[in-house]
Amino acid sequence: MAENKTPLVKELTKGILKENPTLVMLLGMCPTLAVTTQAMNGIGMGLVTTFVLLGSNIVISALRKVIPDKVRIPAFIVIIASFVTLIGFLLEGFVPSLYDSLGIYLTLITVNCIIFGRAEMFASKNGIVASACDAIGMGLGFTMALFLMGSIREIIGSGKWMGLEIPVLSNNPMLLFIMPAGGFFTLGMIIAAVNKLTNKKPPQELGCSGCPHAESCGKAGDCQ
Amino acid sequence: MNKLIVSPSPHDENYVKTHTIMLQVIMALMPALGVAIYIFGPRVLPLTAVCVGSCIFFEYVCRKLMKRDNTIGDMSAVVTGVILAMNLPVTLPYWMAVIGSFVAIVIVKQLFGGIGQNFANPAITARIVLMVSFPSAMTNWVAPFWYRTADAVSCATPIGLSGTTDEARLIDLFHGKCGGCLGETCALALLLGGLYLAARKIISLAAPLSFIGSLFLLSALCNDSFYYGLYEILAGGVFLGAFFMATDYATTPITQKGKIVFGLGCGIITFIIRHFGSYPEGVSFSILLMNVLTPYIEELTRNKPFGAKEVQKNEG
Repeated sequence: MAENKTPLVKELTKGILKENPTLVMLLGMCPTLAVTTQAMNGIGMGLVTTFVLLGSNIVISALRKVIPDKVRIPAFIVIIASFVTLIGFLLEGFVPSLYDSLGIYLTLITVNCIIFGRAEMFASKNGIVASACDAIGMGLGFTMALFLMGSIREIIGSGKWMGLEIPVLSNNPMLLFIMPAGGFFTLGMIIAAVNKLTNKKPPQELGCSGCPHAESCGKAGDCQ
Repeated sequence: MNKLIVSPSPHDENYVKTHTIMLQVIMALMPALGVAIYIFGPRVLPLTAVCVGSCIFFEYVCRKLMKRDNTIGDMSAVVTGVILAMNLPVTLPYWMAVIGSFVAIVIVKQLFGGIGQNFANPAITARIVLMVSFPSAMTNWVAPFWYRTADAVSCATPIGLSGTTDEARLIDLFHGKCGGCLGETCALALLLGGLYLAARKIISLAAPLSFIGSLFLLSALCNDSFYYGLYEILAGGVFLGAFFMATDYATTPITQKGKIVFGLGCGIITFIIRHFGSYPEGVSFSILLMNVLTPYIEELTRNKPFGAKEVQKNEG
């Protein structure tokens, strides 16, 4: 389906499902699990990350010929940290409630592997417009994943959705879902659903190289 | 002469099937279930039925959806259901029991590949999920024989009111006349069931004995009181956990040494959680934690084949 689209549209849409940073590439697990106890937090975290991703992708893409290869990681950090600081002050000034609920995870966006990954894999190799499209697509994918997780966890875990009480569920919320363990449960279920949707098959040949018991296992390769 | 048949080993075959083992386990659980009905009243029966029924239902639907052959016939879902019911307070709403069955069968068992493939005990994980999710409903204990009086009398579990350790109290605990989950109160009935299983060679006593023994020793030594040690092993779910959940085939070590390590670990973790943790009862958490450690225990307690050479580690 991608053949008749221009590449830019492809860069924009690939992050939403096909290469979704959270659910397919499994990047940025820390904020994904930590802040998604409420749907609103998920949206907030997603949008903030999208903003930082957009800014850093554009700047890194523009400077990609200036930054020496050997010091690119520190240079990326400086650029990303500037944007995080910027959005941190903006949130603290204008949306203090979101600033409080994101807490430490706001400053930790600096070392979010989605942003790093896109800087390293995409922005440092592609033009400004393509990088901006990539950032928006990835950011939207991240936001949607966090919103989905936050919704599921908030509805089941506290019987509310976006702060509104849901009549029957709010009597007996399943507290597990707003605890860390529930975050892992939800994430696993969503990833399974996405794998089903994208028809991704697990690797057929496992082999002994990735097996933790290969060293002590006498039967080399017979276990399959 | 044709009675002399030459064939390769094994020469002594045993035709024990999964469902015969599971039936024996169900038989062994019956005394405890009977005592539970006597102590906690008729509501025990529908609650157990809901657990068993929903476990079988989820097992059936799950295997159907995953397009695998059906395994209801091996009775393992029934055992999971009964053990789960024994881990619940009698006042628990039925729909919560259904959620517990869902967690046990779908999430813990079938998503990891069905019987024999699960890394954690389904019933114990379901109990923990319910305990963490619905703390008030899961600790709504009622006094024994509450159904004979007009009102339900709530009462603390023996774990919640430790301190009274006279002999009469201990005998009450041994007979099960105390608050708690359905099946965990009567140590006598559980002991009968466990010994029955051990006599039929369904379970090995290594894990239960080291579990109960280490918990008894630690509690007795720490409080310098023999009675206190007895109290700690009779109260709460120690007997249920030790005989019916720390002996699960799929989630505990195979070797005798491994079973002893498993039991010791359970006893120590239970003691630590009861004395220093924020939850009053630690049996279920200790079994789950040791389930997770089981692959490593098996690795370290692997039997060396007689006369075998050391395996060269640098062959790959």
